Amino acid sequence: MTTATLPVYTRKDFQTDQEVRWCPGCGDYAILSAVQSVFADLGIPREKFVIVSGIGCSSRFPYYMNTYGFHTIHGRAPAVATGIKITRPDLDVWVVTGDGDSLSIGGNHTIHMLRRNVGLKVLMFNNRIYGLTKGQYSPTSEIGKKTKSTPFGTTDRPFNPISLAIGSEATFVARSVDVFQQHLKDTLKKTAAHKGAAYVEILQNCNIFNDGAWEDLTEKDARSEHIVQLEHGKPLIFGKNRDKGIRMNGFDLEVVQLGDGVTEKDLLVHDEKHPRAAYAFLLAHMEQRPGFPTPIGVLRAWDNVPRYEDLIADQIRDVQAKRGKGDLSKLLRTGDTWEVRAQ
Amino acid sequence: MSTTIEAPKRKREVIDQAVIRFCGDSGDGMQITGSQFTNTVALYGNDLATFPDYPAEIRAPAGTLPGVSGFQVHFSSSDVYTPGDAVDALVAMNPAALAVNLADLKKNGILIVNLDNFKETDLRKAQLKVSPLEDHSLDAYRLFTVELTRLTRAALKDLGLDAKSMDRCKNFFALGMCYWLYNRPMDSTTRWLEDKFKKTPQLVQANKLAMQAGYSYCEATEAFQVSYEIPPAKLAPGVYRNISGNTALAMGFVAASNKAGIPLFLGSYPITPASDILHELSGYKDFGVMTFQAEDEIAAVTSAIGASYAGALAITTTSGPGMALKTEAIGLAIAVELPLVICDIQRGGPSTGLPTKTEQADLLQAMFGRNSEAPIPVIAASSPGDCFWVALEASRIALKYMVPVIVLSDGYLANGAEPWRIPNVEDLPEIPVLFETNPEDFHPYRRNSETLARPWAIPGTPGLEHRLGGLEKQDVTGNISYDPINHEHMVRTRAAKVEAIAQDIPDVVPEGDPSGDLLIVAWGSTHGPITAALHAERGKGRRIGHVHLRHLNPLPRNLGEVIQRYKKVLVPEMNMGQLSMILRAKYLVDAIGYNKIQGKPFKQSEIEDKIQELLS
Repeated sequence: MTTATLPVYTRKDFQTDQEVRWCPGCGDYAILSAVQSVFADLGIPREKFVIVSGIGCSSRFPYYMNTYGFHTIHGRAPAVATGIKITRPDLDVWVVTGDGDSLSIGGNHTIHMLRRNVGLKVLMFNNRIYGLTKGQYSPTSEIGKKTKSTPFGTTDRPFNPISLAIGSEATFVARSVDVFQQHLKDTLKKTAAHKGAAYVEILQNCNIFNDGAWEDLTEKDARSEHIVQLEHGKPLIFGKNRDKGIRMNGFDLEVVQLGDGVTEKDLLVHDEKHPRAAYAFLLAHMEQRPGFPTPIGVLRAWDNVPRYEDLIADQIRDVQAKRGKGDLSKLLRTGDTWEVRAQ
Repeated sequence: MSTTIEAPKRKREVIDQAVIRFCGDSGDGMQITGSQFTNTVALYGNDLATFPDYPAEIRAPAGTLPGVSGFQVHFSSSDVYTPGDAVDALVAMNPAALAVNLADLKKNGILIVNLDNFKETDLRKAQLKVSPLEDHSLDAYRLFTVELTRLTRAALKDLGLDAKSMDRCKNFFALGMCYWLYNRPMDSTTRWLEDKFKKTPQLVQANKLAMQAGYSYCEATEAFQVSYEIPPAKLAPGVYRNISGNTALAMGFVAASNKAGIPLFLGSYPITPASDILHELSGYKDFGVMTFQAEDEIAAVTSAIGASYAGALAITTTSGPGMALKTEAIGLAIAVELPLVICDIQRGGPSTGLPTKTEQADLLQAMFGRNSEAPIPVIAASSPGDCFWVALEASRIALKYMVPVIVLSDGYLANGAEPWRIPNVEDLPEIPVLFETNPEDFHPYRRNSETLARPWAIPGTPGLEHRLGGLEKQDVTGNISYDPINHEHMVRTRAAKVEAIAQDIPDVVPEGDPSGDLLIVAWGSTHGPITAALHAERGKGRRIGHVHLRHLNPLPRNLGEVIQRYKKVLVPEMNMGQLSMILRAKYLVDAIGYNKIQGKPFKQSEIEDKIQELLS
């Protein structure tokens, strides 16, 4: 019996010789570093990785990864990646995108890629601003936000990217934060393990045009009060003293204080495989409610939905099994034919 | 002595050619009727050309003028180049169809109308006050009023069908009449019915009976005193089939994929008149064809770019409005130098325009419709069967030069059909494809010195990991570069690469006179009427040549020299003069445009008139 040797890589093997040109202090550096070290540990040959991006600061990502990389056009990365994945299901294809690229100009491709369950991993860096075009509001900017293009504040209601992904029937939806390196790496590993379409929102700071984008969540003192870490099979507990929890109340959630007769047993236990969309929606919308924490971690991981590229390949196999492999000569002669003889 | 009195024997006249048009409501099955008649005359060995003409509305209100659908067949014992300028026999299923189509019927032509559909309400729907059957407006034609509906019902009365189902068979009654009129057997249509309705034998029976009833009606009633016989054409020996442009394109790409030894990927979004290519290719799973009906035109082309990046023969199919949406992505394919074939099945525009009508007004869009300097090879098909060869040629160029290529067809070619000599698969040219595999000193933009093509290094190949993108790249290394000199070098290199293709395409050889008074330069679906007009006018002693361009970018190397050999240059186009503009710019020639923008192909007579005008 022979066993295939798994390639041994370090983070360095995934670095390129290109100078990284993000602004000093940009959250993208931390994400790049996490992705490089996670890729090194996946046991996948380097040539099997393809990173596809659109346009925006985040979309420079492929140039800094020593894998196959394709920096495409604004918003279209999911469609380019779909073409790659249909053609070569064996490749490990990652899409790197931002809030503008994925949710504005590329919104259509994002939702359709998710509903089809194409086996792509999407890393959506959300800094709630247009960075590369120097500071206009994005589809995730808070309403009222003053930006270059909204000197009197935005009048747009923002997208909740997690909610949108769930509504698009995404089979894997997760959220992490640029500065939570360990959480980010763990989330990326879970993402890598998912077979179908994975949508990961990475909260990321833009220290030039939207500094402190996620301050409420990342500030040392605030983070435990404002974030709940989702873990499959574990109750939803948060707070500096881990003394608050989330409980079901009828068809809604409520924040409860532990103690005074309320114990962990009363709390909602996270089920990332929960078959009802409503469950993940409830979690996704907590952040918009006063007093509720923002969930990070894996919100949904459905592993029972077939991948799009596999369905296409299966259909081809089935038809070939039934009809045999196509014969070009026969194809050209389909329908009525007649012969003209030499006279 | 007594003699028996007999009816005079009905005549069977042998003629050279005929043009027949079936027209009716878009729900009357005119496209099927026309296709069946086409198949039957093709099997008999006539040369032919067809012109299906249908409304954009799926079902405009029944019986109205906008709802009229028509199918014209020109069949002959000699070469056929066009569906015919004027019609010898017109079958009109209702007053609206008659009103729309009568102008094209020749004087003394055969006119068959369904009398049952000429009631007051039918006339009102067609906006007619007086029945044309009664006001002597049809006196110049051989009018046959037939109770198609009543007679069809009578023929089917024993089948137990409801009235609506029976009425849906009346087109086959009309078809049966035409088979009698042109002495054609009904067996190929019978076979088709048996296959088409194999799950509902009652419908096979009903349509067969209706067709036979139509045939027998002519036989029995002696309504027609003459029937016609058109002997088979002298086509080049070989096995033939009927083929439409869209089917030919689809098969051409399957053939190209087969000859290149790589899988075919189609990314497409439904659009008239290109959708049939998607329909066709989605049925070829046995050839491993991957078809992706994308969420929009942009995803259609970008998915194809992804497929190409991953090593497939990637194509996308669309029409003008879709081309507009694909513009930015085509620029990306040019920048990253990946092979891709973009098929634009042109229709009337701008905007939504005339979705079901033909035009060739996307030439300049194909040539220049992208931001910045973004040259791209453009080739055009000239007949339905030619679409097959154009698909192969476009694939060859795309794969050899690592470029996107635009194929121009149009609604007329897409839906029109002609007999097509089926090539032997072994005789089709091989299309060599070489994926880069050698990591030693690999650079993604190191070019082949002859073709200037960069290597095709597909993901999954160890040691060739590299990055591509729409940002300007340094030549050879492919690294991002904002260096001014490098940018100019890259712009010129991309242009030179397209220009180099001129070395790899044949010189043009004019049809007709190699020099003389007039050269007609044209492209695309105008080939038929121009060829027919050329033959007719040269027959009168005029010295005319005709160059029909397949390669529009780059143009054939000797075109400028050929143009010099004639006193005048005429450029007929179904646009406002787009090729004229290119020829004028490139060769400083006084190209005279002849422009028709009516959603309809040129008639032979129109081209002839123009030739006469220029040479008199």
